[in-house]
Amino acid sequence: MDYFLTEDQEMIRDTAREIAQERIVPVRAELDEKEEFPTEIIKVLAQSDMFGLFIPEEYGGLGKGALELCLAVEELSRACLGVSTSYAANALGTYPILLFGTEEQKKKYLPDIASGKRLVAFGLTEANAGSDAAGIQTTATQSGTEYVLNGTKQWITNGGEAEIYTVIAMADRSRGARGANAVIVEKGTPGFTFGKKEKKMGIRASATCELVFDNCRVPRQNVLGRDGMGFIIAMKTLDQSRTGVGAQGVGVAQGAFEEACKFARTRVQFEKPIIGFQAIQHMLADMAIQIEAARSLVYSVARYVDSGAKDITKASAMAKTFATDVAMKVTTDALQVMGGSGYMRDYPLEKMMRDAKILQIYEGTNQIQRNVICQALIKELSRNK
Amino acid sequence: MKIIVCIKQVPDTAEVRINPQTNTLIRDGVPSIINPYDTHAIEAALAIKDVHGADVTVLTMGPPQAEAALREAVAMGADDAVLLTDRAFAGSDTWATAFTLAAAIKFLGCDIALCGKQAIDGDTAQVGPAIAEFMDIPHISYISKIEAVSADAITVCRLMDEGYDVVQAPLPVLLTVVKELNRPRMASLKGKMRAKKIEIRKLTSLDLSLDKNNLGLEGSPTQVKNIFAPEIKKDRIVIGGTAEEQTDELISILKAVKCL
Repeated sequence: MDYFLTEDQEMIRDTAREIAQERIVPVRAELDEKEEFPTEIIKVLAQSDMFGLFIPEEYGGLGKGALELCLAVEELSRACLGVSTSYAANALGTYPILLFGTEEQKKKYLPDIASGKRLVAFGLTEANAGSDAAGIQTTATQSGTEYVLNGTKQWITNGGEAEIYTVIAMADRSRGARGANAVIVEKGTPGFTFGKKEKKMGIRASATCELVFDNCRVPRQNVLGRDGMGFIIAMKTLDQSRTGVGAQGVGVAQGAFEEACKFARTRVQFEKPIIGFQAIQHMLADMAIQIEAARSLVYSVARYVDSGAKDITKASAMAKTFATDVAMKVTTDALQVMGGSGYMRDYPLEKMMRDAKILQIYEGTNQIQRNVICQALIKELSRNK
Repeated sequence: MKIIVCIKQVPDTAEVRINPQTNTLIRDGVPSIINPYDTHAIEAALAIKDVHGADVTVLTMGPPQAEAALREAVAMGADDAVLLTDRAFAGSDTWATAFTLAAAIKFLGCDIALCGKQAIDGDTAQVGPAIAEFMDIPHISYISKIEAVSADAITVCRLMDEGYDVVQAPLPVLLTVVKELNRPRMASLKGKMRAKKIEIRKLTSLDLSLDKNNLGLEGSPTQVKNIFAPEIKKDRIVIGGTAEEQTDELISILKAVKCL
């Protein structure tokens, strides 16, 4: 399919593809096995200007948008979701600053983020606040010109590796969801430490750990937006990033599909390559249909986001849900095509299938996405009645 | 500091095929790349630039389409690109190539000139050192590590068959590099965008005021009489059996052909 990409967009896709082929594919199994953060690959991504894709030129970026980010994320995901998660989580942590930061905050942080000099992480989830994000218990208590943070964030991607953290904490519990603040916290701030490093089923090259705040004092200037906007900032950030999770789904599905095709053409049973059997042909055809449909939706939504559309919640939730459900289905079926070989660690399929599962869970489970989509539908229906 | 990196555009294949009728290289359908050893020279220049600051110019001699190789080097991070192109340069052997490149480097001026140790198509490894001779500057070949760079000297490791030499030379100097030196960086997005737009500076024999008798085919003391693919000998003997049986048979064969 031709998606009528511009010359620049093709260049971005090709650059990401080259990095994926040359630097990620040869080490992905080892990174997964050792649960090792891909420091060297992050350096290559930084040197190739990949971290600045969606950051405006005035802050040292390339001034591109959601579609370009999706193209890059898709290519990286085709090789390794662990690496692409580390990369995409950086965008997730950056959006609060990009969307709600003051000129001063943007000038201070965005150039280092665009160059890849400093990684970013987004801290929302807690032990008792997952799907119910409004239930966060970490507090940000005002004390003179500072905020004092107390509490623990859980399962934070890039935790420990990132230098800059955008954290959601309750400033005024009496106001409920409207009492949350979004605060920038830098690594090394006294009272800010890292807890348990998680052992995961998949995306094992990505770092996931706890952020522990114990009387951690940050200046008032670190608050993003106005007081009480924390929850809105978190939701708008997730609206932006969800399309990228969809792109991860398209990428890993494409990678798994290619492995299955390669295998089906060379694996001989009953004296012919198994791609000659209708049972395999129909599976491959279904995978191809689903991947293309997911890609079409993800690119369309990314273009819609880039058009400056105001309400992207429903569209981005659709892209995320559909493409990541496709990822789970396609990686599972691709493994099935490869039979016992697919199940062995000698082939990348078992890792792809383990990795794909997280896409249906993080940045809002696909069940929560469906809630979001239907809430928007109900709103539209009552408006049009 | 000014660094010039000499690069060569070569066909992307280790197995160069030769047309048996004309005895010339088959270039059709073979994509062109920067000579792989030269990419290590580019990386070396960029690494010096990263640490000490430098102006890196890539230089090549070739037909107009060699521009693509220069643009690729700019995408990696080179500041400037110069193409030596002139019908008079056509058919140069290593002597005439080095003579012309040396004249261009003198014209442009530099503190360090870098070359790959050899090109994968010609494999002579002569052009780098010959440039230094024509320029009357020191050269160190087969560099596997750059130890230190200062404003007037450089210390490097030269890869030898057994171990390496540590060599210091005053600037200006010419270095030829081996692949052990570094891992060439990938082209960045900003680099690629710049490479698309950059104007490649072109130099001709006229710009360098060169005597045509020293250039191209006419200026080349070596003339290629014939290029041919080596004959593939098909009479092979495969020895089977245990190690002992194989040894016995090998000895009897060698005795039969009077090698033993």
